[in-house]
Amino acid sequence: MSDSTRMPLATITRAPSRGMITLRGDLDNLDLKVAASTVAGVDMVSTRQIAWGDGRGMAWMSPDEVLIFVPYDEVPSALDTFSKSLSSQHHMAVDVSDARACFVLDGAGVRDVLAKGTPVDLHSAVFAPGELRRTRLGQVACALWLRDETLAEVICFASVAEYVERWLDVAARPGAEVSYLS
Amino acid sequence: MSIRLSTGGRLIDRTQTLSFTFNGVRYQGYQGDTLASALLANGQTLLGRSFKYHRPRGVVTSGAEEPNALMNLGTGARFEPNQRATTTRLFAGLEARSQNHWPSLKYDVGALNSALSPLFSAGFYYKTFIHPRPFWKHIFEPVIRQSAGLGAAPTQGDPDTYEHYYATVDVLVVGGGVAGLAAAREAVAAGARVLVLEQGEAWGGRALVDGGDIDGHAPDLWAAQTVAELAQEGAQMRLRTMAAGVYDHGYVLAYERIADHTPGDGRPRHRLWRIRAGQVVTATGAIERPLSFAGNDTPGVMLASAVRDYLSLYGVACGERTVVVTNNDDGYRTALALVEAGCEVPAVLDARPDHDSDLVQQARAAGLRLLFDTGVKKVEGGAHIQRVIAAPMSGNGPSETIACDCLAMSGGWSPVVHLWSHCGGKLLWDDARAMFKPDLTRPPLGAQGQGFVVPGGAASGALLAHEALEDGANAGRDAVRALGLSPASTPLAQVNAQTDETPLRPVWIMPNGADYALRSKAFLDFQNDVKVSDVQLAAQEGFESVEHTKRYTTLGMATDQGKLSNINGLAILADALGKPIPQVGTTTFRPPYTPISMGAIAGEARDELFKPTRKTPMDAWHDDNGAQWEPVSDWRRPYTYTRSGESMDQAVTREILNTRQNVGLLDASTLGKILVKGPDAGAFLDLIYTNMMSTLRPGRCRYGLMCTENGFLFDDGVVVRLNEDTYLCHTTSGGSDRVHAWMEEWLQTEWWDMKVYVANVTEQYARVAVVGPQARTVLERLGGMDVSREALPFMAFSDGTLGNIPARVHRISFSGELSYEIAIPASQGLAFWQACLRAGEDLGIQPYGTEALHVMRAEKGFIMIGDETDGTVIPQDLGLSWAISKKKDDFIGKRAMERSHLASPDRQQLVGLLTENPKTVLPDGAHAVEGGKLPGDAPRPIGFVTSTYFSPTLGRSIAMALVERGSRRMGETLAFNTAKDVWVRAKIVDPVFFDKEGARQNV
Repeated sequence: MSDSTRMPLATITRAPSRGMITLRGDLDNLDLKVAASTVAGVDMVSTRQIAWGDGRGMAWMSPDEVLIFVPYDEVPSALDTFSKSLSSQHHMAVDVSDARACFVLDGAGVRDVLAKGTPVDLHSAVFAPGELRRTRLGQVACALWLRDETLAEVICFASVAEYVERWLDVAARPGAEVSYLS
Repeated sequence: MSIRLSTGGRLIDRTQTLSFTFNGVRYQGYQGDTLASALLANGQTLLGRSFKYHRPRGVVTSGAEEPNALMNLGTGARFEPNQRATTTRLFAGLEARSQNHWPSLKYDVGALNSALSPLFSAGFYYKTFIHPRPFWKHIFEPVIRQSAGLGAAPTQGDPDTYEHYYATVDVLVVGGGVAGLAAAREAVAAGARVLVLEQGEAWGGRALVDGGDIDGHAPDLWAAQTVAELAQEGAQMRLRTMAAGVYDHGYVLAYERIADHTPGDGRPRHRLWRIRAGQVVTATGAIERPLSFAGNDTPGVMLASAVRDYLSLYGVACGERTVVVTNNDDGYRTALALVEAGCEVPAVLDARPDHDSDLVQQARAAGLRLLFDTGVKKVEGGAHIQRVIAAPMSGNGPSETIACDCLAMSGGWSPVVHLWSHCGGKLLWDDARAMFKPDLTRPPLGAQGQGFVVPGGAASGALLAHEALEDGANAGRDAVRALGLSPASTPLAQVNAQTDETPLRPVWIMPNGADYALRSKAFLDFQNDVKVSDVQLAAQEGFESVEHTKRYTTLGMATDQGKLSNINGLAILADALGKPIPQVGTTTFRPPYTPISMGAIAGEARDELFKPTRKTPMDAWHDDNGAQWEPVSDWRRPYTYTRSGESMDQAVTREILNTRQNVGLLDASTLGKILVKGPDAGAFLDLIYTNMMSTLRPGRCRYGLMCTENGFLFDDGVVVRLNEDTYLCHTTSGGSDRVHAWMEEWLQTEWWDMKVYVANVTEQYARVAVVGPQARTVLERLGGMDVSREALPFMAFSDGTLGNIPARVHRISFSGELSYEIAIPASQGLAFWQACLRAGEDLGIQPYGTEALHVMRAEKGFIMIGDETDGTVIPQDLGLSWAISKKKDDFIGKRAMERSHLASPDRQQLVGLLTENPKTVLPDGAHAVEGGKLPGDAPRPIGFVTSTYFSPTLGRSIAMALVERGSRRMGETLAFNTAKDVWVRAKIVDPVFFDKEGARQNV
């Protein structure tokens, strides 16, 4: 009776450990911009944006906060860079790598999977690759973004990683197609 | 007798036969049938019994408004009661049972109630069962509950899955009839993002049955073409999806029934759509009203539109001889359709005087016998209609008996205004069509004061086909204009349909002046058995408000929520009160439009996804090593670790004694950790905490308290100063998110000029407490840091590595023992935990859980937020005045603490309790009572137990309590009431029970 294809809407995998640094400060400050983009290897991001490339990146978190991505082992040196180059100004740079878990969703149905749990407007006209949202998925806080049209990432707190993984598996399971955004 | 005709049935596929059962008997239907149409096709017209009188009930409608044809569907885990046969799609293997009868549908004992119906008038229960008073609880209520209720409750867990889906659209169109499709065309043409929902199985709405032709096409063809075009242009089209409710800010809930007809196929059964719409077009159509005459509830009496629907959509004739009774032209459509299908129509009874509209002319041309100014006086027949007694509408004059097996009634149409009304849209009374319709000048308003719902088509009062299409298109244009878009100039589809109709005659009781005997058999609410006489009685007894009348008579309170009965009932009430209908008004329309499943509301949040559980990095180890879990806010923590053959109590005792004698290990990772950094961090924390934090030296720890503006203690913990401008604030396990949000709020809204950043780093670190006389030895064996008394004194911390793992080691103690709390990166938490276990193996190291933690802190008289506090307790109550700075100008809660009630010396204060019998453990929350011994001296509670344990360390029970003027009652003995006439006597003592001088932790 079912017209389902028996394929999941997307495959879900937990990403390997990733260095993540919360950087708070005046995002318009030139020193901060230089330090952030040097460490992250990408240009400074604007509101609700994420820039990503080759294991490094930067995501806008709030008007005074960005999340810096670096290879896991490079966190101490990155913190050192921030500490030195921003010594003269009020800022905070803190390692949150172990506090987070990242999941990669791969498949044509990624938007529909996420739309089952987040109130964000995920329509392609609004939420294109390069956009990041801090929102919730199911009952927990998360950030989500698209690397490309069929590759999405979800970042959540480490303590709820099991919940998020199970949630994503259930939402993406074969038969649960919505065919709305995807 | 209803039958399947050899031809016709737009929605059924006669090549696909489906087998199903009703009350255990096997029947056949076709693909595309509803359960109702399939039952009618098999001659099944008796489908259930009514709620109160157990009167026989048959299907009345063909849609969501059905009050009667409610079924128990499915068996076992998929059993579900109260499902409407009219909206249940037939599938192979469907099992249905009728409801509310005993012992069988045909012979029902409860029908005796019907014979006694004169006794069961409005308010019967209220009036009859009020005396003697005690009888209600013990006799009346249990018996009434036994006999009431429709479907049975399911007994097993639901095996199906459900989910939610969020959608954001510019225009949501509710209803896939011609009006909705026309509105969607306009919205799509203007470039809007559009979602169209249709609750039924097919696009086209009533036009499939009645539509004439649209742009030269049959309505089904036009609908199919339009739907294809809309989808092509990007509109989302969803069948089987009902908009259940409209809420503030353009929020709409919709209910998609995905797999009701394919149980167990792996798809979610239902999906709850959570839609954010810029504008909502409600093209929800209209519902035909029944007529009120004696016996109008007899099976075989149906809405005229439903008779036509079954004929046209499913090829089912609801009777072989169908009388039509109507007060408007629409009834003639049914008569003509029946004649065309070869069914017999012995008469059309028209409540209006002779007239000559297009439809009447067609009826005459078809040779129909038309009786004007005539109504139904009563219907005769038991389990099925046998004859109609027709009589002049005046109520006087000769009556005529007409044999028939179906009566099609039309009392006019009511626009479906539910969704318009959910969020505050107002209604107008249209006298000419005798209906409430949306008052377009008073729509539900959005955040900017703009209307966000636009009704279209019949839902707006545009009942005729050509009106409906134009009105729907206009609604679509209004919606896009409201969004700031420009409507495209698309040509309107042209409808060729009947336009000349004679106005209806409002008829609320048939015939006029029907006597009591007739009125008490004229039903308004078929499901709840509310009759015309009941509403009149309510009015007579002083119920003037329609809302009160509804509750008194139960009119409209059944599972159909009065979709058929509402307007008829309030018209009767208005008449009885001598008021115009609009002055009486309607009852409130509330979501959902029709019931939605609990599963859809829960969505995926069931079983393991019911609620997220936060887990520490060592969670799996605990689970493998006997942890008995306890929820601590959203975390799960080991309460204790049981060994084989050990009870929980025994395990807790073992863990405490081992920690006090050897060394214990606690997973304290859940402890909240908020990083506070900036030049103003010290000044900020001086305001957040009651005590002084700016004077804390780097490398040192200080216990601190946080109060609300009202002075009440809400969180506590140790603050450490990492360097000149950086502090790490530890919070309670449950308080980390709250405290973080609290700090952010103060920084963002009040002290925005302070240079301070905060970050919640709770989960960045795992945390292990190594506790007990051998704790230092364990850390020394791990190696890497000097953890000696001199290098790391009590209330100091130090950064370094332990066993090659980066560690921040704090000398703090919540147990009174020599204690180190070590923060390590979360990713290395488990490795560190295991390293400690190995290093301490020969020292007797054992993990301990939260209960041992609680008992040990109580032995030391340490408070626990949530045990000793309840949101009304101030630090001073707990003997923590030492932590209230006298030197600071201000801190949150300072001013409140100066208020008379908080400064009163008579407040309850924390004390320790020792029971007279050391084996007796006071129950948590037990109250101490004073007075009551002398006449006029009522006993009153003076305090209550906040923490209570059996202390293995001391070999006796200990407790803490908040007691009025407790600090001045030392040595007094109080009596705690623990059960009826059971009192436990306990002496008030200092709350520090163990090692008051702190010798054990200062080693």
